[in-house]
This record gives sequence, structure tokens and C-alpha cells, in this order.
Amino acid sequence: MKEPFEQVVQQHGARVLRVCRAVVGPVDAEDAWSETFLSALSAYPQLPADANVEAWLVTIAHRKAVDVVRRAARQAVPVERLPERVAQQRADGRDLDLWAALAALPTKQRQVLAYHHLGGLPYAQVAALLGGTPEAARRAAADGVATLRRTYDPDPDRSPDTDPEGVLP
Amino acid sequence: MTSTVGYAESSWAQGAPPVPDVTPGELAALHSRLVERAGGEGLLDVAYRTLDSPLGALLVAATPVGVVRVAFAVQDHEQVLADLAARVSPRVLHAPGVLDVVAHELEEYFAGTRRTFDVALDLRLAQGFRREVVQHLTAVPYGRTASYAAMATEVGRPRAVRAVGTACALNPLPLLLPCHRVVRSDGTPGRYAGGERAKHTLLALERAGRAH
Repeated sequence: MKEPFEQVVQQHGARVLRVCRAVVGPVDAEDAWSETFLSALSAYPQLPADANVEAWLVTIAHRKAVDVVRRAARQAVPVERLPERVAQQRADGRDLDLWAALAALPTKQRQVLAYHHLGGLPYAQVAALLGGTPEAARRAAADGVATLRRTYDPDPDRSPDTDPEGVLP
Repeated sequence: MTSTVGYAESSWAQGAPPVPDVTPGELAALHSRLVERAGGEGLLDVAYRTLDSPLGALLVAATPVGVVRVAFAVQDHEQVLADLAARVSPRVLHAPGVLDVVAHELEEYFAGTRRTFDVALDLRLAQGFRREVVQHLTAVPYGRTASYAAMATEVGRPRAVRAVGTACALNPLPLLLPCHRVVRSDGTPGRYAGGERAKHTLLALERAGRAH
């Protein structure tokens, strides 16, 4: 028997929003989240009762993130100079620094980190989603984590073991 | 499927500020937006909300057809929602705005300023004889009572007194379809989904309401 969809939103809403933010950034993330849950609501009655709801949502979120970014790209207005990278001087917010460091990663690495570490998708499913082999996905994640360890400097008084999202394994 | 999502194309590239972590307020806003869009696209199969009442928290749920369920706290709201997901549709969302009218009418009823309800009902959770019985409940006027035996006669099956009792006990829309007005032949209130005490409270409320 399937639980009410409201439970799905309550249990997974925050996680899916983090994944969307890591992949498309803060502005487009809200659209990606909305499209993800609207699409999930539509398909929910047909979802097998034993399905992994979290993995299902992350898979939808990936597709919707692609759509949202494509749409944004079509509407984008060319600008004269490149925007500056996300500021990293915010010492008051550990999470802000983490997002900024994530934003600076190559797309594939960021996607693998988002889907595997934030979304909880196994590497085999990440590979199915993004193309390539599970081993390549694992390497991309390892490379991403190595870069994050260099670029992301959490509070030096705190051990990386306290990383709340498990982004730095 | 390969992806074209890239830093260079995403909103991060447009000089947006760094991403803070998810807050309850942000999720609430996204939830409201989801409810609105789901309604617009015909995907909100069951909307629900709760409201406070003199009988404790009430859960009210509606389909696009009308109000489909009213449940008391003693009936376990979680269980009631799971039942709606199984029997109506799992597309269930907390959507208080959709139920503003019925919530307001219930508040008026408990305040003693309303005697009948004026909202569309969806009777899909009561079928066959049970449906026939609960549809007859509004024939018992505000502030009056009828016996289970009289109701059985009313629906043309005078010997089905026990079945009438069961139909009332399983009424999916208590209050809106006033099963609390059906009492034992000796005049005592009898069973009620919200508890015998709740039934007593409602009958007293309506007696006071009639006195005005």
C-alpha cells in the first residue's frame, strides 16, 4: 500500500532541494524542485509499491534540472563580462562555503557528488543517469571530493568528521 | 542520458549569491506552489487540512467532487490519510486553502450560528445500503433526534436496525451528515465515531442552538 504523497514531500523535500541547488544553483533550483514534485505527483499512483522513492525522486530531479537549465539558457541574455565566482569570504556560514566550493567544480563531478552524496543514489544508478560506467562515476566523485578538500576550508577548529551532509566522506 | 547542466549555464554563473541550506520557510513556500500547480493540472486528488473544534482536532478531506471525509482525532488522522490514499488516490496533499469554506462552516456550526451545511459532498466512501442511510441523515432536523429503528423504517428496511447502526458508525462524513442525531430507542445517545461523549456534546449544542 502506498503512503499519501504528502509524506513523500515531507520526507524528501529538503533533500531534493539540496540536490537541485547543488546541480543548478539557487535560483533555478526552485523551478527544478517544483517540476520534480509535480512530475512525481503525476506518476506516483503508477510507482511500484516497493520502489526506492528517494532514488526515484533524484532521477526525476536530474531530468528536470536539465530541462530547467536548457530553458534558462534559451532565455539567457549575453553579458559583456564573466560574472565573478561565488564569494567565498562568508566565514559565518559553513554551508555557504560548501555550496560555493561545489559550484566551482566541473559539471560532471558536481552532478555525481549531488546525486550520490546529497541524493543517496548508488554509483550504478548515477552512471545510468549521466552515462559512463559506475567506476567512472566513482572516480569523478573522488576527484570532486579531492578538489573540495583543497578549495573548501571548513572551520579549522572543527574536524571534517562533523560534516553534516556527508559531502566529504 | 547525458546532461548539459553546467556551471557556465546555471544560475550560479549569473552572479547569484551563495546557496544557504534549506529552511522550513523555503520548503513551505515550495509546498504551497506545488499545491497550487497540482490543483491547476488536476493532480490534487485528495486535499486535506485539520481544524480545532470543541471535540478536538478534526481532519477534513476533499476530492475535486466535494468533501469526502471528516474524521475525529480518536480515529487517528494518520490512519485516515493512509486509508484515503488506498481507497481514493495516493495523490494526497495538505492543502488548507482548498478546504477554507467547509472549515468556516464547521466553525460556525460549533459556534451555534449554523444549522445546515452548504458544501458539495463526495459520497464515494459509502456504498450500497450504507450510502442510502447516510444520505437520509439530513432528513433529521437540527436539534432533533431519530431512533435507529425509525431510520430503518425511513429507508424502507424496518428490520435492518443493526445495519443502520453500522452505517452510522461508518459514516465517512460525520457532522456534515448528522449521524449524531440518530440515537437509541430509549433516548440514550449510543455509539459514535467521535466517542459517546462527543455525541452528547453535539446533541447538547444543538438543543442550545434551537433555544435561540
